[in-house]
Amino acid sequence: MKFLKNIRFITISVGLVSLLAAPSLAQTEIIGEEIAILTDAPNVPPPITRDYITKVIVHLEVTEVVKEIADGVDYTFWTFGGSVPGKFIRVREGDLVEFHLKNHPSSKMPHNIDLHAVTGAGGGAASSFTTPGHESVFSFTPINPGLFVYHCATAPVGMHIANGMYGLILVEPKEGLPPVDREYYVMQGEFYTKDKYGTPGLQPFSMEKALEENADYVLFNGSVGALTGDNALQAEVGETVRLFVGNGGPNLVSSFHVIGEVFDKVYIDSGSSVNTNVQTTLVPAGGSTTVEFKLEVPGTFILVDHSIFRAFNKGAIGMLNATGEENLTIYSGKTDDRIYQPEGGAIQEIPQAEYTEPAAQNTEEQIERGKRVYTQVCMACHQANGQGIMAAFPPLAKSDYLNADVDRAIQTVINGLSGEVVVNGEQYNSIMPKLDLSDENVANVLTYVYSMWENNGTVVTPAMVKANRDAEQSTQEAAFH
Amino acid sequence: MESTAEMALIKGGVYTPLYTTDKTPRIVSSFLLDSTPVTNHQFLEFVKANPKWQRKNTLPLFADKNYLKHWLSNLELGPNVSPDAPVVNVSWFAARAFASFHHKRLPSVDEWEYVARADAHRIDATSDPEFTKILLDWYGRPNPKHLKSATTFPQNIHGIQALHGLIWEWTSDFNNAMVTGESRGDSGLDRNLFCAGGAVSATDVTNYAAFMRYAFRASLKGNYTVENLGFRCARTIPPSTESKKQS
Repeated sequence: MKFLKNIRFITISVGLVSLLAAPSLAQTEIIGEEIAILTDAPNVPPPITRDYITKVIVHLEVTEVVKEIADGVDYTFWTFGGSVPGKFIRVREGDLVEFHLKNHPSSKMPHNIDLHAVTGAGGGAASSFTTPGHESVFSFTPINPGLFVYHCATAPVGMHIANGMYGLILVEPKEGLPPVDREYYVMQGEFYTKDKYGTPGLQPFSMEKALEENADYVLFNGSVGALTGDNALQAEVGETVRLFVGNGGPNLVSSFHVIGEVFDKVYIDSGSSVNTNVQTTLVPAGGSTTVEFKLEVPGTFILVDHSIFRAFNKGAIGMLNATGEENLTIYSGKTDDRIYQPEGGAIQEIPQAEYTEPAAQNTEEQIERGKRVYTQVCMACHQANGQGIMAAFPPLAKSDYLNADVDRAIQTVINGLSGEVVVNGEQYNSIMPKLDLSDENVANVLTYVYSMWENNGTVVTPAMVKANRDAEQSTQEAAFH
Repeated sequence: MESTAEMALIKGGVYTPLYTTDKTPRIVSSFLLDSTPVTNHQFLEFVKANPKWQRKNTLPLFADKNYLKHWLSNLELGPNVSPDAPVVNVSWFAARAFASFHHKRLPSVDEWEYVARADAHRIDATSDPEFTKILLDWYGRPNPKHLKSATTFPQNIHGIQALHGLIWEWTSDFNNAMVTGESRGDSGLDRNLFCAGGAVSATDVTNYAAFMRYAFRASLKGNYTVENLGFRCARTIPPSTESKKQS
């Protein structure tokens, strides 16, 4: 009897709930329709300001295109909208989305789309399976707000994703997102090519490397340099920036980090939980994160996958340039450079017979020793073959900057270098630290570098290095007096 | 120019298709196959003789509106279309009509795939990564502006040219439920033949090239026409001929 009562009670409650819910039914009425604004990365369509649901029509075209993946390297990308990542789509929770997927007649392959924002088997994949020269239409209602990955799910799925078929769809919550000053779209994905990173020419997809998860390129927004140099994201000090960060994979999970910033807010996995004060956040393959941070100081902030070889050797690097007033309390910059004496004020020495290698006897010996120094000190940035890293570390191979002026080269090694330089037509703006090397070692490493990679073969002697150090000292003294 | 291609005798045998759950090898009987795909010229001859297959006369039910769209007009190829290049933008219904007009038929998927394993020296070259890679490279490239003639391609061991690297080709049973649009769920279908999750039931998971052919076929309907989809014809060897051969 008690049991029955309970049932009745539940029935009544359900009735009450539906009565209470009745007025809100009016809000679920679809008012009007609009064509979705789609943008290419790093741009994001404007925030949705309407407070009602509508029918949103999305026209997305699949094309297979040859584009640069890195300087001098081409790749056949399969794209949602002409570039990688695919177009950014922005809708509101509860909207009726009418999706038109068009496969360009020149495509070799059939394609489809699986949107993680879709609640329904396959996420739209079966309904959108489209042969070249055809268009499929289906509709869905995004029930859950969030930032969702979409991708092609045609067999072989891995290859379609590896060729660049992914993008993001933002389902704004009914109440909207908190306003920020700038929003950007960044999506990571890795590429598997027949030859290794940087090999020029049209590079075909390597199925073998994809199966081994051995990526040649790990990229933000589809190419090396898509977010560096002139393509860097822009913002001003005092502004709050929101990054919509996706990861298309197909295989790798990203450890997303911005060098020199702490994320004030991370919408974990772009879900409803907000974490604060985060340094690095994971972006799963086929997932996303949304981060926000306020820019307190100017400078170039580097976006990386902190699985760090991907950043410095496979291309996973981007930049955000913040302009505006310095705030020396938050970050002073280098204020002093002084001698460090660990054992107190006086220089102390433990008496010990010190072994010093006799000076190199000839150029050959200089080159051999210089190579050792290069491997230990220089290679990390300038790379094994002196090719440098595009937009971050200038090349030493066939370098016009290097070959033009040997004294400048010596000074660069002994004093370091910061600020803008143009090397082989590319602009670089980073910092090379002052290197604590003996005159002999500086001479050797430079002689080595000049002897390699089609450089002009200049021989640098320790005396030349010393002369530069002396000149430097007298300039400083002159300035001091 | 011939109105239909020369045929080569394909000696029958046993092969395991890419998508089976039971991995049972299948028997392919000996048959005849066109050594080259049907050309624009041959198809033009056909539509001249069969006005109901001219562009202006076809029903949408049998060929969509892109049918023969690369031709200049109803009965003219125009300067940009090579008569020797394979005909494309033809529907399955049109291809089948062409075949019956010439007392031929379309090859089945099994027949087509059986022959497609071969290179110049081997009946089955699919285990050679180099062979697969050449196919993948073609699949990975967008369509060229102008298609070459199939006669410029090397012959495979059966004497067949340009099965790979030129166009996709219709088969008689292209839509026999190999792959649905949702490739990852196909293993759940109650069918004898299907693509599985891209992996579970494919007999050779690394044979991406074959994978893509099955995916491509699955995206088609009988009235579809596609810019890089043509066909070639097959013929069953009449029992009498075969028994004569055996005697």
